[in-house]
Amino acid sequence: MDILSKVHARHLVAWAEDKPEVVVLSADLTSSTEVDLFRDTYPERFFSMGMAEQNMLSFAGGMAREGYYPFVHTFAVFIYRRAYDQIADSIAYPNLPVRLFGFLPGVTTPGGATHQAIEDIAVMRALPNMTILECGDATDVESVLDVAHAVDGPVYVRMLRGELPRLFDASEPMRLGQARILSTGADITLFSTGICTEEAMRATRVLAERGIAIHHLHVSTLKPFDDPAVVEAAAQARYGVITMENHTIIGGVGSAVAERMAEAGLGQRLVRIGIKDRFLHGASRAYLMHEYGLDAIALVQQVEALLSVQLGITEADLAAVRLDAVHSEAKAEAL
Amino acid sequence: MTTTLQAQQQWQGEARRVAGGIRQRVLEHTIQHNGGYLSQACSAAEMLATLYTKILQLGPVEAPLTPAPFPGVPHKDNPHSFTGAAYNGPKEPALDRFFFSPAHYALPLYATLIEVGRMAPEGLTMFNQDGGTVEMIGAEHSPGIEVTCGSLGQTISQAAGVALVRKRRGETGRIWLFMSDGEFQSGQTWEAMQALAFYQLDNVGIYVDVNRQQCDGLMAKVMAIEPLAGRLEAFGARAFPVDGHDLDALAQPARLQPDGRPLVVLAYTNACQGIELLEARRPNLHYLRFKDEAERSSYATALHRLQVDTLSVAEER
Repeated sequence: MDILSKVHARHLVAWAEDKPEVVVLSADLTSSTEVDLFRDTYPERFFSMGMAEQNMLSFAGGMAREGYYPFVHTFAVFIYRRAYDQIADSIAYPNLPVRLFGFLPGVTTPGGATHQAIEDIAVMRALPNMTILECGDATDVESVLDVAHAVDGPVYVRMLRGELPRLFDASEPMRLGQARILSTGADITLFSTGICTEEAMRATRVLAERGIAIHHLHVSTLKPFDDPAVVEAAAQARYGVITMENHTIIGGVGSAVAERMAEAGLGQRLVRIGIKDRFLHGASRAYLMHEYGLDAIALVQQVEALLSVQLGITEADLAAVRLDAVHSEAKAEAL
Repeated sequence: MTTTLQAQQQWQGEARRVAGGIRQRVLEHTIQHNGGYLSQACSAAEMLATLYTKILQLGPVEAPLTPAPFPGVPHKDNPHSFTGAAYNGPKEPALDRFFFSPAHYALPLYATLIEVGRMAPEGLTMFNQDGGTVEMIGAEHSPGIEVTCGSLGQTISQAAGVALVRKRRGETGRIWLFMSDGEFQSGQTWEAMQALAFYQLDNVGIYVDVNRQQCDGLMAKVMAIEPLAGRLEAFGARAFPVDGHDLDALAQPARLQPDGRPLVVLAYTNACQGIELLEARRPNLHYLRFKDEAERSSYATALHRLQVDTLSVAEER
């Protein structure tokens, strides 16, 4: 598996070159959100707003009213917790094309409860006019700008930074409202988002070797949540459906899948892997994923429970899995 | 008499007429509906009149004089939504833009628009009617209003974003903002003020109704904000405390050449100005609802007196 560094930093600069109406706003987290290269390349399109998120979000709304596309960059938690009223009134109500890039979602920061965005999707999902995207790898990060930019209205992007795996083939960009089908199988249907997809892929490989067939979809559009593949995939599972997210199980992909399943009248079991209505604390990502049950072994345990079997899979088995960038099974010619 | 002086007296006479009309219309509406934001009209009448007759450089109205029905909220599937900015004319590089922040001052704003011929008098009959745009707490689709402002303290930031883009484009039109003093209790206002100063947005001019009143009563008892001018200067603004009922004093700071700093005119006002009956209501002036029919008829008598005075002034001319 390829590991890439500072994907957004380089990609944004290249992508924005021919888009003079795209401007970046930062709240004193410029290198922390990988927009330092943008600042240095296009200083006249970079606006330092200081540690003042409420003003920054309303200010972005004003700029958008004049035809600009403000790309607001800060930590996810500071966007929706510090300035929710401003997002609702200055951006979402008027349906303005402001792009909110929320970095360090959930367990990806050791910064503790104050820095960990664990209910951002729940909050943003409840907000009318808002579109929500979440990145799971380098390919998602490279293609999310095009997806967001095509949206007529505000977009919240749950963003990744630093060292990123390439899980999905670089030739297959993220598409709005379209899940990536990473494996097919009739036993269990699994919906994973964000960084949980990499963990899930480790588990599904080992489970496949043990004869458990997982239908695995990587979801990158959390709102709107109308991909017909979701209900189809959930309906065909023999033993049940599992969701897996770096977010509280209230209001995120687990809730979204549950809503769709209930509306479709599916009588499937549903297991939601995610943060169980608790705050997190400061620690490493690996530690937090294990401690709060968001990692590959947590998925194996839930599969075992659904199937009422013991598979004897160890953490060493999972760690040994070699992941290569996959083609989505949705694209038949790539198989 | 010089031509300049004549011109001055012309705008002042017109501003006085508009200010009187704002008070009368809001008072009349309050009597008819047994409730209204009357003190806001009393304090802001001269400010709104001065803005619309002297300061704002606006083009002709681009909206129906009788406000259209509510077109639905903004949404990607609703191409019909609009803002009330068209009542302030077209958006052109050389023209000013007016941003209205304290949404509960909507009634005085609508009265202003009527007095300056930007809205039909019938518009006020649509006030607070279901399915209409002439909302009680002004919304961005309400006449004269351009952005969502009901959560106080947000308009200054939105106007600052507009001002920055306009400045970068070299547009010469200015951005005028009307605020209430209560908004200076809010942190966002000060965040915006530091950003206005940091980006040297001297194309922004702010008129603040310093009536020292808020929902719970006297601001000094709720949460003090003074010394406001000193605080603003410390934040990098140019602040001018003036008598908010003195037309010349209100107009004067707007004539200054921009100097890199945002301009703030602190209009110290009397929330009962022009309607002495209101004095009995102190310190709770935020919203007037009559206690009984006797009080209501006393206000009706006051209205009648104002109308007679207006007629005699008009006849003297």
